[in-house]
Amino acid sequence: MSKLVYLVPLSPFIGFLLNGLLRKNLSKSLTGIIACGTVLVSFIVSLLIFFDVRKDGFETEIVSLFNFIHIGALKISFAFQVDQLSVLFLLIITGVGFLIHVYSTAYMHDEENDHFARYFAYLNLFVFSMLILVLGANYVIMFIGWEGVGLCSYLLIGYWFKNVEYGNAAKKAFIMNRIGDLGFLIAVFWMISKFGAVTFSEVFSKAPTAPVAVLTGITLLLFIGATGKSAQIPLYTWLPDAMAGPTPVSALIHAATMVTAGIYMIARSNIMYTLAPTTQTVIAIVGTATALLAASIAVKQNDIKKVLAYSTVSQLGYMFLALGVGAYTGAVFHVMTHAFFKALLFLGAGSVIHAAHEQDIRKMGGLKKFMPVTHITFLLACLAIAGIPPFSGFFSKDEILSAAYEKNKIYYLVGAFTALLTAFYMFRLYATTFLGKFRGTSEQEHHLHESPSAITIPLIILAILAVIGGFAGIPEVFAKGSHWLHQFLSPVFAGSEKIKEVHVVAANQELMLMAVSVGVAIVGVVYAWSKFSKNPELEDAKGFGKLLADRWYVDELYNAIIVKPLNAFGKFLNEVVEKSIIDWMVNGVGKAVQYGSRQIRLLQSGQVGGYVLLMVIGMVILFIVEIFIKK
Amino acid sequence: MPINYYIFLSVALFCIGVAGVLTRRNAIIIFMCIELMLNAVNLLLVAFSKMHHAALAASNASAGINGQIFVFFIMVVAAAEVSVGLAIIVMMYRNTHSVDVNFLNRLKH
Repeated sequence: MSKLVYLVPLSPFIGFLLNGLLRKNLSKSLTGIIACGTVLVSFIVSLLIFFDVRKDGFETEIVSLFNFIHIGALKISFAFQVDQLSVLFLLIITGVGFLIHVYSTAYMHDEENDHFARYFAYLNLFVFSMLILVLGANYVIMFIGWEGVGLCSYLLIGYWFKNVEYGNAAKKAFIMNRIGDLGFLIAVFWMISKFGAVTFSEVFSKAPTAPVAVLTGITLLLFIGATGKSAQIPLYTWLPDAMAGPTPVSALIHAATMVTAGIYMIARSNIMYTLAPTTQTVIAIVGTATALLAASIAVKQNDIKKVLAYSTVSQLGYMFLALGVGAYTGAVFHVMTHAFFKALLFLGAGSVIHAAHEQDIRKMGGLKKFMPVTHITFLLACLAIAGIPPFSGFFSKDEILSAAYEKNKIYYLVGAFTALLTAFYMFRLYATTFLGKFRGTSEQEHHLHESPSAITIPLIILAILAVIGGFAGIPEVFAKGSHWLHQFLSPVFAGSEKIKEVHVVAANQELMLMAVSVGVAIVGVVYAWSKFSKNPELEDAKGFGKLLADRWYVDELYNAIIVKPLNAFGKFLNEVVEKSIIDWMVNGVGKAVQYGSRQIRLLQSGQVGGYVLLMVIGMVILFIVEIFIKK
Repeated sequence: MPINYYIFLSVALFCIGVAGVLTRRNAIIIFMCIELMLNAVNLLLVAFSKMHHAALAASNASAGINGQIFVFFIMVVAAAEVSVGLAIIVMMYRNTHSVDVNFLNRLKH
């Protein structure tokens, strides 16, 4: 079955071509069927491959399609790698992707026919690129997918391109991603020059022989790529702006899949990272800082999608913390559970927006009685992300936190505090949106309704996954060998496991850590619930709260130190260099030629005598040259 | 006679011809001056060919003969040119009632 892995990306690509090329002719239902159907095919094939991979004695399989680049000794083939890690991502991408496609058919139903098809074409292209990213057997193929998802993210954020602000948000996302991509690209070049290979297996087998400084450089550059794609400090500011896109897009691209590409890439390159402890420290610090910073911002946001966006950034920070402390399984586990509950949160938010035509949570409230399904699923997702057992978020977050505790207590403390903030802002969001009384206009209230089944069914499925997803990784402390995911992924991380020193946390200590994180989460939930269910904060924040609400002024800072100087420099080039130097030169050439020709034209007098005279003078000069000068 | 004399004579003739072409405005005189230049060249050709013949006659009976043949060609071409040129001058006189070449400055426009 793994031989047929090319079908997985091919199918959405066909969907993209059909929807993209025939967008003016297809009806909406046909478009929806093509888009969902192609992703469903991918999902089924992925599932079959997954069962293959689960069998005992499965070996990593490389499916080479054709020779992609062949220069000198460097051979890069267009190859897919099927192993435990890629198949897990395949399932997440196609599974969650399929649900979001179904959801989108209802959510985007008000769009015009060809824009509707354009949306699905982009979405299919995105799924295709993302699958290429996780399937690629070398860094170049991965980079193709990496760029592809960046492009689709740009296209989908700017889907409503008539709105200039949305267009700017799309550009911002694209440019910030490009900054990261440059790091990735340089890392790939470095690998080629150092190892002479980009294929994962070759690079990883040669990595232990390379000097640590080189590995540190390569891994740091790759990490820069990851900060761009996965929205970490300092390149995270595009993600909240990316909420300009349609909500299902935020769910698919900016929560479940694309932003986890960086985590996938680092988990894939785990051996190199384990060999470069400096980079790991950098990653852990950046991840922790991002988690805390984004969570603190999320506490004071009033746009339902912005809260979720900052929450995503914060959760991605957790994943990087896990990568930084060497808990690769924990990171992938959190990617999986996060894909479930964050996609669910976004889709729930989309359902709310669809009903209320409003994104400001201060104008919502009391939606519980109007939208029961959305309410219940949203609540489950909030419980999951807050880390309340036995919901999925608890297991993955707990694994990350205990790994952080082993490495360094500070990471743990910050992580636990972030968990408190997470529980707090999620339930602030939940309470303000669903509890209390409706605060919008009566006309809005009149229109409130539960969303159609194409929206609620994906919500229910995702809610089930968000609730039970955590059981894929029950901590070893409860039952020996119960961490299914750890065993499943162990071949991928075997190389790193051998190298890194293992601290085993004592069972009672781990239980204590768990109790602390659950306690912290419950405190956050209860405090937020009691505070916001009756009297939500409607006024604008003041003092420190305003600093948080204004996102620590990071955007303003970037504007001041990067965007404005760059714009000023561009303006300087445009108005000074362009006008007074380049234009002057170009125009000067023209003017000089014109002036010269006007002068030379006077020689053309029409008098035959004049011409003859010139001819004679010429001859005389030639004679003089010939006789006197040449010798 | 040394060859230098011939060279000086034909240079003198040629310069007279050039000066005439440059300074005179009468088309017929310009014509005559052109003939003068042609003949200066002819003279030189004949002189050099004689010189060659004298130097190489022992080994080659026809040495230098082509220079003299060339002169005949030039004479023929010159005669043809004169006939065309005089015809042009006649036409010019009919049109402008003058043989002043400076009237013919329409090339400019």
